[in-house]
Amino acid sequence: MMSETASTIAAPENEVVQRGSLELTIRRLRRDGASMIALAVIIAVVLLAILAPAIAMLTGHSPIEQFRDIGLTPMGIPVGPGADFWLGSDQLGRDVLVRLAYGARVSLLVGVLASLAASTVAVIVGVSAGYFGGWVDTCLSRLTDLVMSVPFLLCALALVSAFGPSLLLSVVVIVFFSWAPMARVIRSQVISLSRQDFVQASRSLGAGPLSIMTVDILPNLSVPIIVYTTMQIPNSIVFEATLSFLGMGIVPPTASWGGMLADASSNSLYLIAWWMVFVPGTALLLTTLAFNILGDGLRDALDPKSVRSARRFSKKSRGGQKR
Amino acid sequence: MIRFLARRLLFGAGVLVALSAFVFFLFFVAPGDPARMIAGDKATEAQIQLVRKNLGLDRPVVEQYGRFVARAATGDLGFSYRNQQPVTQIILRRIPATLSLVAGAVLLWLAIGIPIGISSARNVGSLRDRFGQAFILVGLSFPTFVLGMMSLYFLYFMPKQSGFTLFPAGGYKALTSNAAIWAWHLVLPWTTLALTMAAIYARLTRGQMLEVMGEDYIRTARAKGVSERGVVWRHGMRAALTPLATQLGADIALLLGGAIVIEQVYGLQGVGALAVQAVNNQDRPIIIGVVLLGGVFIVVANIIVDLLYILLDPRVR
Repeated sequence: MMSETASTIAAPENEVVQRGSLELTIRRLRRDGASMIALAVIIAVVLLAILAPAIAMLTGHSPIEQFRDIGLTPMGIPVGPGADFWLGSDQLGRDVLVRLAYGARVSLLVGVLASLAASTVAVIVGVSAGYFGGWVDTCLSRLTDLVMSVPFLLCALALVSAFGPSLLLSVVVIVFFSWAPMARVIRSQVISLSRQDFVQASRSLGAGPLSIMTVDILPNLSVPIIVYTTMQIPNSIVFEATLSFLGMGIVPPTASWGGMLADASSNSLYLIAWWMVFVPGTALLLTTLAFNILGDGLRDALDPKSVRSARRFSKKSRGGQKR
Repeated sequence: MIRFLARRLLFGAGVLVALSAFVFFLFFVAPGDPARMIAGDKATEAQIQLVRKNLGLDRPVVEQYGRFVARAATGDLGFSYRNQQPVTQIILRRIPATLSLVAGAVLLWLAIGIPIGISSARNVGSLRDRFGQAFILVGLSFPTFVLGMMSLYFLYFMPKQSGFTLFPAGGYKALTSNAAIWAWHLVLPWTTLALTMAAIYARLTRGQMLEVMGEDYIRTARAKGVSERGVVWRHGMRAALTPLATQLGADIALLLGGAIVIEQVYGLQGVGALAVQAVNNQDRPIIIGVVLLGGVFIVVANIIVDLLYILLDPRVR
């Protein structure tokens, strides 16, 4: 509101214009070429996901339909990119392009949902621990330490083997093993924030803990929350792809990038059908790279002063994908 | 200091108790009857009852858990559902492959990551720094299994197409039989793992160096004539050692518990591959064993890192 009224009043050119922090952030971000390219890649992936049914219509191939007559050579080998299958076919004669588009839906859905949920848990735990201190802090901090010191991929495998793979379980597993590092950061920020004068002022005006936490403290955490959530998205996407690659994420025949790579890797099929690994592999790499670059850019744009302190918490902590 | 260590040991024990309870009760509440699985498909109801009684599965769950912990503490993790062999033995057989993989990769990723981090931090904004930053971003974003499959395509399959074998397709050959063959089979897995991990270390080193190199004591060191190399390695890196050691401890422990993805891609018969096979076979004692082993590695690594803190950072003493 402030910036709107200010800019309408200060209409004449060469005048000093008051800009809100959102506007400043966007201006800084727009000057960052790498971030803009990353954003374009992300938009392209989102479009791919949205347009998946249209691509299926256009090619005439559904994501799970098997074209064993035209999609496989007489010897049962997938056919390469061509007029029928623009990005080739897989071991069952399915269209790799259509599956890539539907797989983008899974990746984005799981990546974004799991990251938002993990951030929510982290904020609740971090703010409560930092604000209340005492035994609440002790319990929550030990819990955070505990989650950070378990072999998370093995535990994820154990969970999946107990309950059987599913989309929901993948999200739950990712959330469960992703919130802890962010909760630590939030906690330490809240501890320093809650000692500041404006919190004391609120308290002396009679504000209760819930009001102080949400009205006074939470808005001050928006930068780490935004940056961390963005940085968590690629981790979640790779985590999901890893689970699916190991056959413990999305259940076939639903298309997912990790599952497509698993198909490629079974019987080392990708050695004769390179598109089966390079198509989903490149999509996965470009998507995670784009989110990581955008996350870096957002961090610098949102908080140009403390680039360094931000770098510390964005440190890739427990990306499941590295194991 | 003694109290600090005692607290850490207590926490480590707590982690293991929580972890064992987690996996044990997980499989207790999970659908599926273990007695039926062990007895096989053709077993009669009476045979299943017998198996249940022999294994103590008819006892209250808390009592079962108590027995399980007591036996696990002595290294007895029960028997595989699949082939009735002791779980501990099955896991121990898999350790050499995982250990070989991790040991080589650690050396390689430190040798790649730390120099890139240092050269990046020492020339902020330069071409070298940009290269370093690009390396970090790509390395952090590259899913290990994608990199592994692509390397196999380019470095195993393509040379093989043109008639010579540059690297083998994978598999593990014991170090004891022939060291050269052992290393040759591990070059690709080592490099794949090291390249993705090196990014983390390059980022960590770069951040720490940037923070430290502006400090007064660095200027003092320069002023008293310490060579640039001495400044960087003896004084600058000194401060980065503590966070690097923390990260290294955690990473080694996690990977020793099963470098699951890499082992899967390169067909290494290590602990991680065992975990995946056990999940596919629904072989619960092995899953429980591998998870617990992974937990033990992490707890031990944490304690070693704590001891290192005391060595590295006099302020802790």
